[in-house]
Amino acid sequence: MTARDLALGVDVGGTNTDAVILDGLGTVIAHTKRPTTDDVTGGIRAGIADVLASIGPDRTRVSRVMLGTTHATNAIVQRRGLDRVAMIRLGAPAATEFPPLTGWPQDLAGIVLAGSAMLGGGHMVDGTPISPLDRDGIRRFVDGLDAFDAIAVAGIFSPSSPEQELEVAELLRGHLGQDTRVFLSQDIGPTGLLERENATVLNAALYSVALAVTDALVTVVAEEGLDAQTFFAQNDGTLMSLDYAAQYPVLTIGSGPANSIRGAAYLSGHDNAIVVDVGGTTSDLGVVVGGFPRESTLPREIGGVRTNFRMPDVLSVGIGGGTVVDVVSGRVGPESVGYRIDREGLLFGGSTPTLTDAAAIAGSPVAGRRLPALPSATASALRDALAVVTDRLDAAVERLSLGRADIPLVVVGGGGFLVPDRLPSAGEILRPDHGGVANAVGAAISLAGGRADQMAPMGDRESAIEQASEAAIAKAIQAGADPLDVSIVEILETHVPYTAQPTVNVSVKAAGPLARLTAGAVSG
Amino acid sequence: MAQTSPASHVAERITEVTADDIAALGIGTAIFGTGGGGEVYGAQTMVERELTTHGPVRLVSVDELGPDDVVMLMSGIGAPTVGIEMLSSKGQIHALLEEAERLLGRPVTTLMAAEIGGSNGVRPIGWAAQLGLQVLDADGMGRAFPDAAMVAMNAAGVHCDWAVQSDVVGNITVMKTVDLHWLERHARALTVASGSICIGAHYPMTAETVRGAVIEGTVSAAIRVGHALLNASDPVSAIAAELDARVLMSGKITDLDRRTVGGFVRGSVTISGIGEDRGRLQRLELQNENLLVLEDGEVLVSVPDLITIIDTETGHAITTEMLRFGQRVSVLAWPCDPVWRTPRGLELAGPAAFGYDLPYIPFEGAAR
Repeated sequence: MTARDLALGVDVGGTNTDAVILDGLGTVIAHTKRPTTDDVTGGIRAGIADVLASIGPDRTRVSRVMLGTTHATNAIVQRRGLDRVAMIRLGAPAATEFPPLTGWPQDLAGIVLAGSAMLGGGHMVDGTPISPLDRDGIRRFVDGLDAFDAIAVAGIFSPSSPEQELEVAELLRGHLGQDTRVFLSQDIGPTGLLERENATVLNAALYSVALAVTDALVTVVAEEGLDAQTFFAQNDGTLMSLDYAAQYPVLTIGSGPANSIRGAAYLSGHDNAIVVDVGGTTSDLGVVVGGFPRESTLPREIGGVRTNFRMPDVLSVGIGGGTVVDVVSGRVGPESVGYRIDREGLLFGGSTPTLTDAAAIAGSPVAGRRLPALPSATASALRDALAVVTDRLDAAVERLSLGRADIPLVVVGGGGFLVPDRLPSAGEILRPDHGGVANAVGAAISLAGGRADQMAPMGDRESAIEQASEAAIAKAIQAGADPLDVSIVEILETHVPYTAQPTVNVSVKAAGPLARLTAGAVSG
Repeated sequence: MAQTSPASHVAERITEVTADDIAALGIGTAIFGTGGGGEVYGAQTMVERELTTHGPVRLVSVDELGPDDVVMLMSGIGAPTVGIEMLSSKGQIHALLEEAERLLGRPVTTLMAAEIGGSNGVRPIGWAAQLGLQVLDADGMGRAFPDAAMVAMNAAGVHCDWAVQSDVVGNITVMKTVDLHWLERHARALTVASGSICIGAHYPMTAETVRGAVIEGTVSAAIRVGHALLNASDPVSAIAAELDARVLMSGKITDLDRRTVGGFVRGSVTISGIGEDRGRLQRLELQNENLLVLEDGEVLVSVPDLITIIDTETGHAITTEMLRFGQRVSVLAWPCDPVWRTPRGLELAGPAAFGYDLPYIPFEGAAR
């Protein structure tokens, strides 16, 4: 019997869908890059078919398929395919000075919001009800709505008093039908009402977008007759089930950068590095510390909306292979032709000057393609654009390196040719083999993770950390992590206010590579 | 007597606050918050919206106040961790103003921030826009402090006659206490009963009583610091230059020990130097605000001088409740307003007022 030791990683980006197969030693044995298709499925199908074809009969050794995608982020940024969401906040009269979606870009709010209501309910920090739950008001509000796809519910202090949101979900399903899509803020984020509410609305708006991707993956895996477990990569570099991914798409929003950063570091052999992933529309820079992406808990904006869930700490610059160069003004981006580069770029016979064309002046980045003869104004604008690219990338690297110029810079992504061989703010510049598919490699090497929380009196803080660490490691092993390789990757402490005794909540995350499955260990 | 703050003599005064200044004001007040003062983003969106709706707010100096003017402080009270979740209700400030004017028997014309640090430095602008009032370019602290008694007016011997407090469900309470320490005690107890967050109005003053009793120019100074950060390629140096502050160290947070006692965050944060500061270790003592910086067993800076932890990359201030293990930060320190270095000022807000048995050694800022 053959070993079932192969992992297939897929990354669906805005421009390309990449796929790789890694063997049991972690070596890339097959890789491909296909354009992302409007229906998503086509790109995934083509990518998976490609890499399977290149390993022939060994396809039966593929035991797991992991997918990471920035599809959800792109849908928000481009306002594409979003569902209409009705927002119910519980807690009035508290917080009525700040209506839901305060601070959203108006166009996005107009597309997403089917209506909002601030109704009685919610709790104070100590669990005291702010006002009675306005059940009639909830029914009246939803009955008065025109068309909506989903309902988001955010109760004040629902993270510590969760029962009322659950009751409202039941009420809504009882009133509107059991298949009504209801999303609760307690499942999405921590305290911080406006940010948690924003993330809950975005999550609800992304349901159809996410479902299309998970369905596409299931369909293609079935078509190919693979007997493999399927996973989605999430923001923190660990894996989640497909059901979960469809329900909580915002938790996959950062998986693209997380995979890119981890995949690039893995391929370069460096545990501490700055990674720049140059795609079709943006360059995303992140920092790898000890092999893991640096994360940020600071509130951050997604498509102009402020949210507060944990994400890899990524700096995005509007520079990509498809970035449009305006010949008249000399402006570089932020517009991009995205995946239409192979039709619209000058190098491909199109009429839009892009950064790929700028790079082609110095030598074609695409084998077998040459630029047509260019008017001198166009040629000079493209040459100037390259200098702008170098300046912007250098400034971005400098911000991430905290002034140290000796940290290696790992360049990956389809537009990596835009990064020059020397940058004043970077150390050695590395371009690892298979760097063009680092995202998919990152998905394929994704970790199994576990998180455990422990509340304890302040004096027992250290033993609480120890206990939570043990529990997190046990959960990670349960999720499939190799017991020999699992480690603590994060310790988060928050004080618990208004307790009689000073109390701390420690939250510990453990993660490790999936234990390699051997024939003997696999039953099905 | 209180004197002009160190930054206020540098540039021209700002006479009007527009919606375009609020991002800068939010950044500046977070920096003046010295770790406390609460999260400013929510306040910022509210104020931007109010200024867009009602137009700019007039910012006046003490010299511009006339005999008919009544200045009143308006501020949020309570736990910042609660304030980001249970936000204020519409009409909460109108109820406060109505009650204040009933007690005074005459209209309030001017709002002043109790503290320029944090959200309390931002929100009075939005409240003034909603209520149709002007704002005094001054505040009571020149930073953030945890106690209502720690205000320049108290150091100057100006009495507070009454205080009114309103909560999110509509309860209104008037407090006439014998002094600010009792006000603090009563206001805190009342705030816990109201769900740990309230809005209060207190310290009614006239043009006469305000003079020499407040820290002037601080609203303009906060806006300038914010603009300096927004326009800089190296935010940390730009802020330090604008404030005349010193960057004590850059590093990452390697230990955090925080707890909440009676509504106050207490604890310490340890920062290990990176880059040029590798090998150095600094510990900051926290009590809502950053109070002490220690290195090698020595106190480098102590309250009432200002200590702010900022994000090394962005320059944005990080409040004590937002500190996280592994964050890359720089520690910034600069001298307090001279009022806090007087004997009465040190009695109210010196190291001993926070329970530290330390002599106060004035921090000299950028110039050594």
